[in-house]
Amino acid sequence: MSTQTNKTVTPLWEVFIRSRNGLAHKHVGSLHAADATLALQAARDVYTRRGEGLSIWVVPSNAITASDPGEKGMMFEPAESKIYRHPTFYEVPDEVGHM
Amino acid sequence: MTTTSIRVVETPLVLYALRRADDALVLGHRLSEWCGHAPALEEDMALANIGLDLLGQARSLYSYAAEMEAAGHTEDDFAFHRDAPQYRNLLLAELPNGDFARTILRQFFYAAFADLYWRAMMASPDPTLAAIAAKSEKETAYHLRHSAEWVIRLGDGTEESHRRAADAVAYLWPYTGEMFEADAAERALVDAGTVLDPAGFRDAWDKTVSDILAEATLEKPAAGWMQQGGRSGRHSEHLGHLLAVMQSVPRAIPGATW
Amino acid sequence: MYTQALNARDDAPAIRPAEELEQEARFQARVDAEERIEANDWMPAAYRKTLVRQISQHAHSEIVGMLPEGNWITRAPSLRRKAALLAKVQDECGHGLYLYAAAETLGVTREELTEQLLSGRAKYSSIFNYPTLTWADMGAIGWLVDGAAIMNQIPLCRCSYGPYARAMIRVCKEESFHQRQGYEIMLTLCRGTPEQKAMAQEALNRWWWPCLMMFGPPDASSQHSDQSTRWKIKRFSNDELRQKFVDATVPQAEYLGLTLPDPDLRFVPDESGDASKGHWAYGEIDWAEFKQILAGNGPCNRDRLAARNKAHDEGAWVREAALAYAGKRRARQAA
Repeated sequence: MSTQTNKTVTPLWEVFIRSRNGLAHKHVGSLHAADATLALQAARDVYTRRGEGLSIWVVPSNAITASDPGEKGMMFEPAESKIYRHPTFYEVPDEVGHM
Repeated sequence: MTTTSIRVVETPLVLYALRRADDALVLGHRLSEWCGHAPALEEDMALANIGLDLLGQARSLYSYAAEMEAAGHTEDDFAFHRDAPQYRNLLLAELPNGDFARTILRQFFYAAFADLYWRAMMASPDPTLAAIAAKSEKETAYHLRHSAEWVIRLGDGTEESHRRAADAVAYLWPYTGEMFEADAAERALVDAGTVLDPAGFRDAWDKTVSDILAEATLEKPAAGWMQQGGRSGRHSEHLGHLLAVMQSVPRAIPGATW
Repeated sequence: MYTQALNARDDAPAIRPAEELEQEARFQARVDAEERIEANDWMPAAYRKTLVRQISQHAHSEIVGMLPEGNWITRAPSLRRKAALLAKVQDECGHGLYLYAAAETLGVTREELTEQLLSGRAKYSSIFNYPTLTWADMGAIGWLVDGAAIMNQIPLCRCSYGPYARAMIRVCKEESFHQRQGYEIMLTLCRGTPEQKAMAQEALNRWWWPCLMMFGPPDASSQHSDQSTRWKIKRFSNDELRQKFVDATVPQAEYLGLTLPDPDLRFVPDESGDASKGHWAYGEIDWAEFKQILAGNGPCNRDRLAARNKAHDEGAWVREAALAYAGKRRARQAA
């Protein structure tokens, strides 16, 4: 595996696009660019050729901290038992109508 | 095969539209020559996008010219069935790509003018021209941004990139003056208020160019002698070759549909 | 696209620790359950290696694939065709870019992958080592090469490796116009002058067999591992996809009024009793030619690699300039 420390290696960026007003930015892919300005331009040229976007974020890939898939159990399973956080946990008679 | 060339009745308005259409087509064609050969995949994408924008502008302007001429010609007749002396584009647009620096500087000098020009032309009383200007202005604003960012990086990058960018400025500079020229035919349209005098954009262009070149640590050349002739069909040696390639297929089978 | 012919087997080491076998079993269970494997998930080294090779070959094919069609952008015979072709070839560049990025999630850099291509060590689809000789080739490539590629790519949208599958979904969505623009070019030529129709037929004659080769060696002689199938990287065999392609293409050629250059082509009804159901049997493919192309002896192998090397070498100072500027700016901001 390689690291991106070499001076001749153009850094990798992650691209996030808001496709419509009101939606959150969504990860769409990556690209290489020497700096943030070029990354933003490249993101526009690479990922919005078909009118896919209203807003773009670019983030250096190495700035992302990810959860460890090996800790999936600890990280995410405790939430699965908390069914009282979901509306279907509670009974409301039909006569009451939509709630 | 000049036998398939058309004859165009160049009223001032037809001539005006053809000039701008030819600028966009020839420059877009040049950019399309990069496709598959750019310095990085990301830039391959960018240059193709700019080329596609320019092709689109050319098509709108040819359609407008066809409508004004009312002689039954189509966009393709104008593009593929006129010889070099009938082309009306700026010499700047037809100059070969050279290295990436020359391509970028050529784009920058053109976009710095076209962006101002189309923005102002959005107020044209001719609704078609105003609509074309509105679409072109948005596209050109991005071309200017893209090329200016690269001018700065090439100028202020490495020794080699600085040298190449400086060479490109020196090579292209004498071709920048033609953008601001208007002949009698165009002046008539200016006087009628249909179009704008390109000379009116010289100062603003000068400022954009001065600012970006300064940021790029590149020297702006002194005014100097300016080449012209493209607007009246007296071109560089390069356009003939460009058209020989571009027109080869439709000219080989006259009358065919593609 | 264009990986079917290329993915070869990786031999797993004979002896592995129990812990790894256990991990591998858990991994396989996830794959079997149609779960997607993500970049940071544990995966067998051979799975990673197979994917890097397949995805990068796929990416190389997109990038080299720009060249034969790029050859005609400046000669497209109408402004509409010119715009469509430029947009299509640009899309291929984008697809190469998405795919390199997908490969990079597996721990290789684009620079390394590019170097493999430029040095001639990496493979790419054999089809791009044939020359584009007339405008009709743009029609034939769009119709047939992209048609063949779609057969291969649609199943890849369900590939077990998430980043690859997502890249393929994007690719397939964007490619939907590619085959149509090719077929439209062919249709226009076939409805045009006799010279135009002859041009279309001649292009079909040249591209037909190389397109059938794109799917790779026949299953009987293929070194394709069952492993790729078990890992759900590959979902159909070479022959299955090739047959699907032939069956789809025969009626399209008929509609154009063109003849497929295969005297042995004939319809074989299946056992359903319905005479309209069955498959088109095709003649012998010249696998010797295929091997020669893969070995670097196709008509354009050298030119294609030379063109990519030239672009890379001549672009080096540009990439360096951008990095140098970024470094200077960081230094100025720090000061």
